[in-house]
Amino acid sequence: MDMQAARVDLGKPVEIMPEINKITSKDVDVYYGEKQALKQVTLDIPEKQVTALIGPSGCGKSTYLRCLNRMNDVIDICRVTGSIKLDGQDIYAPEVDAVTLRAHVGMVFQKPNPFPKSIFENVAYGPKIHGLASSKSELEGIVESSLKRASLWDEVADRLEQPGTGLSGGQQQRLCIARAIAVRPEVILMDEPCSALDPIATAKIEELIDELRENFTIVIVTHSMQQAARVSQKTAFFHLGELVENGTTSDIFTKPQDERTGNYVTGRIG
Amino acid sequence: MTDIASKSDPRLKSRHASEKRFKAYGIIAILVSLGFLALMVTTILVQGIPAFSKNYIGLTIVFDEEVIDPDGVRDPAKLGSANYTKLARSALRELFPDVKKRKDRRKLNGILSSDVGYELRNMVLADLSLIGKTKQVWLSASDEAELYFKRQISTELPEDQRKLDDTQIGWLDTLTQAGVVDTRFNTPFLTSGDSREPELAGIMGAVLGSFFTLLVCFVLSFPIGTLAAIYLEEYAPKSRLNRLIEVNINNLAAVPSIVFGLLGLAILLNTFGLPRSTPLVGGMVLALMTLPTIIIASRASLRAVPPSIREAALGVGASKTQTTFHHVAPLALPGMLTGAIIGMAQALGETAPLLMIGMVAFIVDLPGGVTDAATALPVQIFLWADSPERGSVEKTSAAIIVLLIFLVIMNLAAILLRRKLETRW
Repeated sequence: MDMQAARVDLGKPVEIMPEINKITSKDVDVYYGEKQALKQVTLDIPEKQVTALIGPSGCGKSTYLRCLNRMNDVIDICRVTGSIKLDGQDIYAPEVDAVTLRAHVGMVFQKPNPFPKSIFENVAYGPKIHGLASSKSELEGIVESSLKRASLWDEVADRLEQPGTGLSGGQQQRLCIARAIAVRPEVILMDEPCSALDPIATAKIEELIDELRENFTIVIVTHSMQQAARVSQKTAFFHLGELVENGTTSDIFTKPQDERTGNYVTGRIG
Repeated sequence: MTDIASKSDPRLKSRHASEKRFKAYGIIAILVSLGFLALMVTTILVQGIPAFSKNYIGLTIVFDEEVIDPDGVRDPAKLGSANYTKLARSALRELFPDVKKRKDRRKLNGILSSDVGYELRNMVLADLSLIGKTKQVWLSASDEAELYFKRQISTELPEDQRKLDDTQIGWLDTLTQAGVVDTRFNTPFLTSGDSREPELAGIMGAVLGSFFTLLVCFVLSFPIGTLAAIYLEEYAPKSRLNRLIEVNINNLAAVPSIVFGLLGLAILLNTFGLPRSTPLVGGMVLALMTLPTIIIASRASLRAVPPSIREAALGVGASKTQTTFHHVAPLALPGMLTGAIIGMAQALGETAPLLMIGMVAFIVDLPGGVTDAATALPVQIFLWADSPERGSVEKTSAAIIVLLIFLVIMNLAAILLRRKLETRW
């Protein structure tokens, strides 16, 4: 039995401030063909906080994450019902364009996936296709500020023309975060962003997530409960396609209401 | 105690033996195929290499104004139609003054190519000041003389079974001893079109014909093939229809090429009335044949692009089309090009469909565009292999060498291109 979960530092106390919900979802069902992957998920994501989605493999947490920027649209057999609203606007409404939505809800993936292009091009691509920069110098400004906010600038400032794929795993992941930031999203979705990284790179990313919270709403899927405890203010526990429990991170880890949550955070199941 | 060093276990022995046996089979198979390949290449080289040299006979020609330009007005039309062959023949007669009989004279003339008149005419038209002068010029030997110089006519055969009789061989020997026979690199073979006379026949017409045909083929099949592959792979829903199309494209790749030729004959020539024997139609038919190859190769290379790249692009808000054309297609391009070059190489070697649409015609002029009647390299090989003249044998092999060189170059280009453009991620 792993007792570590009980010993983790539960992070800074949550600031007491009126919570605004950036994303509200109600009765979300997701089907892959005949198989139901999510059942009646109702969850609110608060603005400018980190919400962690935890749960055992195949519990539907990544599926839920991918509903938030309609990444599931690219899977032919995937069907989503229920309502998900971003700032009160239904993102699955027919008049909403999934591509425009994704510019507002950025994503960082499990495996670092920089484009096989230069570091500069990686970050500049998003602003370019969305027309965020009217001149070359403005574009360079966006790239620089994005890399700085992703705390990568100091490491790559002198080699922006080198391929992004030549960086180390942790740097690649920060490059992907910079790429996501560059399109000025309001929400950043992170799908197990540290699962392919070593502990030192992981620590850097976690530090970065904490900084990004000031400006962005972050939803992170993670397998590591310590990570959830370290970086998030809100936690939602998924099990077998159901949202079992959600609340402040400290409540979930110290006073779980549901037996399954308790078992999971203490390492008894999972 | 277990003795792991023991060799006496009968199962161990038989296992080792079977491993050795299998290795031996593999080596034998490779050696046999290499042997056949070597045999083929050597035969072709031995037969084909002589075609790259050509013998010239040096004659002291009197450019007689009486014959060339009796009026003395230097009218190009008149100059062009003068009897230059007569000049060459009289120069030859000067060398052998003993030959008096009409029949012998004809035999003597037979050691010069029937084309010498044109060779002299071109010299005169290029340099009018030659008229009235006397100059030693080098003229093509005839097919038979050529073969004799290349030791391909054996003097041991009875005289009546040879193309050259003893007197002619005597004359050729005399010429050789007099030092007026010169062997040079056969530039005309590489620069001129086909001819009924093997010593004059060149490969350039076929090379150009193949070039124009492949050009049409590439221009049609590459864009259509790659775009079809991109649509099927990236856009089309993964439905039953899509799978049916995929199966049928694979089937299409296995259709015998002559069927495409028949299709071209029936539809392109008969229904649409496109000009026959032209690279335009040949290229269209070959494009039909190459399309499945390109589509299959392109789909495979699109599938090889990691899905994470698509997700990355979609994740920053790129549309489907932006994702495909900014990221996926450029990464798949090396594979697509390789597929296209391999398809082109197949098309270059294809004969049957071209026979059906009339590119098998005997064409002397070099084609200047896609609508000029032309033949292609493999068809030229077929034509020469079919021709009764003894000299065509070496031409056939030489044409095969040229075709193989082009094929090797194309395959090499495919490999180099792939290596150069390949992205590792």
